[in-house]
Amino acid sequence: MKTLALFVVVITGAMLIYAGHDLPAFGDINSPAYQAPMTQYFIEKSLPESGVPNIVTALLASYRGYDTLGETAVIFTAGMAVMLLLRRRET
Amino acid sequence: MSGVIDIVYAEYNYWIYVTLMMIGFYAMIAKKNLIKKVIGANIFQTAIFLFYVSLADITDGTAPIIVGHGAEHAEHVEHAADVIYTNPVPHCLILTAIVVAVSTTAVALALIIRIYNEYGSLDEDVILAARRELQPEFSEHARQKGVAEVSEQ
Amino acid sequence: MSKIQESVIIRTVVRIMVPFIELFALYVIMHGASGPGGGFQGGVIFGAAIILYAMIYGIAEGKKKMSDSLDRILASAGLTIYAATGLACIVFGGMFLQYNAVPLLSDPALVSKYLIDLVEIGIGITVLAVMISLFFDVSPPESDVEEAKE
Repeated sequence: MKTLALFVVVITGAMLIYAGHDLPAFGDINSPAYQAPMTQYFIEKSLPESGVPNIVTALLASYRGYDTLGETAVIFTAGMAVMLLLRRRET
Repeated sequence: MSGVIDIVYAEYNYWIYVTLMMIGFYAMIAKKNLIKKVIGANIFQTAIFLFYVSLADITDGTAPIIVGHGAEHAEHVEHAADVIYTNPVPHCLILTAIVVAVSTTAVALALIIRIYNEYGSLDEDVILAARRELQPEFSEHARQKGVAEVSEQ
Repeated sequence: MSKIQESVIIRTVVRIMVPFIELFALYVIMHGASGPGGGFQGGVIFGAAIILYAMIYGIAEGKKKMSDSLDRILASAGLTIYAATGLACIVFGGMFLQYNAVPLLSDPALVSKYLIDLVEIGIGITVLAVMISLFFDVSPPESDVEEAKE
């Protein structure tokens, strides 16, 4: 069982490292993700559009506002789920 | 030979993330203890965070916070056009992913506490054996319930 | 009561440090718009301050700082602040969470900045309440602790 697990892990890791050769190098400014029009748009326009110097906050709360609302709901739901699972009834 | 070292050095973040991810993956599939499985899942998630954040990095880039905003930083404004910012989009994605990771870990640990209270063990084999002992009653009960529902119809 | 909880040094240091950690958490939440920080990070730091207090002074003392009912109210209030901010933008004729539709100030970007701060505060309140309630839920109930002591 352990040998089989090790075999699966090594094969998967080798495949991932092989796939990594096609990805951009570390710190490459010409990587497609950085040169994409949306990334450049966020860097240039997030301050005039949302008034927030921190681009990550502008993305999180303004452009991805729906997503962050859902995320807050996720953490709220997790808290409630743990409460329901573990809290004993006051008898 | 130096060419190989250059290639490995240019992509060393991928080697590190694959190593971490495989440590977590091995813990998830080979360990019998449920807590160790959750720790493995957490290492796996951390490897993915590292992968995304390392993809976002730009050489000589600064944190994605606009430099020179506000009058008190007026001395920086003249350099503001030259500043290279790292990619903010993966940072934002990973901030979301970290919160989801915390939530899933909390619910998983709560479920493990309940399982421990019920079966008195965290070992997967012991729990499965205990469930197999209970299983005939459950399956018999379910079969009778199904027959009753069919006969009602 | 364990050995760590009896130590005078740790008790004193924790009592002095907790207000400063809470102040730092508020700074991180309010600084989320203009620097590194944000609601999630600040909320976790605030929760960590209360958890530190509860670890050293005991769960019962910690629950005096943050009772279960207050915890539940805060967790819902944060999410409500966030959703209400989004709905307020609809009331003023924008789309959901379209901050610059709110005609409060002359500069729409400034309105957006303050509403993002409000949203961050909502996130922070929810996260701190959930973190503290997670700790109190996972920690053993007081009756078990007393039984173990006897």
